Amino acid sequence: MSGEIQVTSATQRTQDDDEAIGAVKEPPEPAPAKPARNAQGATLNVFSNAFLVLWVVMAAGPLVWVMINSLRESADITGSPFGWPTSISLENFTNAWSDANIGKYALNSLIILCGSLPGTMLLGSMAAYVIARFSFRGNRVIYLLFAGGMMFPIILAVVPLFFVMDNFALLDTRHGIILAYIAYSLPFTTFFMTAFFRTLPGSVAEAALIDGASHTRTFFQIMLPMAKPGLISIGIFNFLGQWNQYFLPLALNSTDPDKALLTQGLAELSVNQGYEGDWGALFAGLTIAMVPILLVYMVFQRQVQEGLTAGAVK
Amino acid sequence: MANDVRAVDGKPTGPAPRKDGERTSFGDYLLFAATLVLPPRFTPDRVRYDRRYRTLDKYRFISWFLLVPLVLYAILVISPFFQAFYYSLTDWSGFSSDFSFVGMDNYERMLDDSDFWASVKNSLLLLVVAPLVTLGLGLFFAFMLQAGGRHKKSEAISGVRGAKFYKIVYFFPQVLSVAIIGVVWGAMYDPITGPINEVLRTFGLGSWTQNWLANPDIAMLCVLFVLCWMFIGFYVVLFSAAMGSVPKDIYEAALLDGASRPTTFFRVTLPLIWDTVQTGWIYMGIQALDGFAIVHIMTINAGGPGNSTLVTPVYLYKKAFDAGQAGYATAVGVVLLVITMIFAAIMMLLSRRERIEF
Repeated sequence: MSGEIQVTSATQRTQDDDEAIGAVKEPPEPAPAKPARNAQGATLNVFSNAFLVLWVVMAAGPLVWVMINSLRESADITGSPFGWPTSISLENFTNAWSDANIGKYALNSLIILCGSLPGTMLLGSMAAYVIARFSFRGNRVIYLLFAGGMMFPIILAVVPLFFVMDNFALLDTRHGIILAYIAYSLPFTTFFMTAFFRTLPGSVAEAALIDGASHTRTFFQIMLPMAKPGLISIGIFNFLGQWNQYFLPLALNSTDPDKALLTQGLAELSVNQGYEGDWGALFAGLTIAMVPILLVYMVFQRQVQEGLTAGAVK
Repeated sequence: MANDVRAVDGKPTGPAPRKDGERTSFGDYLLFAATLVLPPRFTPDRVRYDRRYRTLDKYRFISWFLLVPLVLYAILVISPFFQAFYYSLTDWSGFSSDFSFVGMDNYERMLDDSDFWASVKNSLLLLVVAPLVTLGLGLFFAFMLQAGGRHKKSEAISGVRGAKFYKIVYFFPQVLSVAIIGVVWGAMYDPITGPINEVLRTFGLGSWTQNWLANPDIAMLCVLFVLCWMFIGFYVVLFSAAMGSVPKDIYEAALLDGASRPTTFFRVTLPLIWDTVQTGWIYMGIQALDGFAIVHIMTINAGGPGNSTLVTPVYLYKKAFDAGQAGYATAVGVVLLVITMIFAAIMMLLSRRERIEF
């Protein structure tokens, strides 16, 4: 858990810094050691800010460019890549939404996520709880089995996976994709939640059991609510991971275009636009896919950053 | 309901000691077995008041809770993984169900397969260069954010104004789908409607304009750039979090001793956050080794022009699903796994340092 704690403290620290800087408006004072450091600090300041601003343009520029172009007509875009929309028309968006089926694909992605995300969280926490808090024969083996799954690239398993899914008649079905998402999210979810459940105090669970609650009840009514911070972190991690998944749908869900997910739909749109030259619809489709995620991120940016950094590097 | 708490946690509760005189009839065992699959509330009284009920209740809970996750995981993750090793030794096409065992033929074939080697070369290039660039820039920006600010009377080192804003924006690519990024950058690189060429023209560098992704000499660099672009923000956030947790008095001491900022970075900050850099390095390496979605979406014919942007995962995918050589594709996958393992092992060895506590 140390990763998460570090992240929290650091974020607070930077916030403090910001406030402190905002409060102190006076010109830079000489540092205690040497007066020369002051000049050095000032040059460094300009230098560092220039680089930082440059990367803001680099990071956000392409996204802003896409959003602006989504409001322009395809002919204008072909004429000049840069430029402001001459008139605000939402035609591109309606084209993307209905003709290019972005609306349908987004709905497909949402349906999958409604099954896979709760499923991942529930099954992952169940396995993690048992592994973290009970000792039984094979505990260590099961833990290593899950943890080991984080190391291996999905691509290695994809060919046999395709045929396993085929044998169970799960190929190109919604529940099949949901199950695959859950299965491939389990290693990290279980690993993370095991560590989290180990940090929770055991006395509360014991009290519940003395009061006559069953193990199941203790888990759902006592331990799971106590694990909420961990669930939020791993939930964000899985939400973004599953919403953004491209590889599994491509391999397991590619025959029926009606069931395509948003990522597949965008890739498809990008190919088609090459033939039809409908740049406007492509940019509108991208905007539709980007903006909601970016808005959610900006609202919950602290939790998202913590969730992903605590999640991705352990 | 279970009325017993002793089963939770703690020492392993082994099977209850059995006394010779005690009657445990076959019927009892049947009853116990039945209890294992019943919900707790339907436990027969006879079992509930048995001395061994506590253990039984615990194992009933454990097996019920582990059943679904383990079965799902075993069928969809573990079994394909082990099947891959087996299929890599066969000449399976993937289309029909008959195949024969060919031993190491697939691996021998790989030795003479120039497409495969081209893909390995590109993957290794990503594996080495992408982490270097990404982590280097990540560290640079993170240190700027944490220590690039003006000096104040009370603080030895301070962050720049608006550090939080920078971190929010830098993180944008990380929350977006790889598919979106692939499409956006495909449009960015477009020779006619893409803004990159337009910017070059605006600055009078018209001769530098390119058909970026169609030029075999440059296409791979374009992929590399996008891969770094995606991840830099993540490492800025990660590293500035790690730097933020370093106590400020350490910096103060360094500055009092007259250390310049570069010296502070290399002698104080970097050693103190080395653990984070090391894990980040391995993570980024594995991410770069993949690069599937970017190449698959962005480049011409997924890996073109020619083989100039072909990476091993894309090659595997094409062999398995387009060329119908499932056996050969899994063999490529096994080699990819070996490369990943070797990379992780080398990085662990190379970057091993004494851990510094603070």
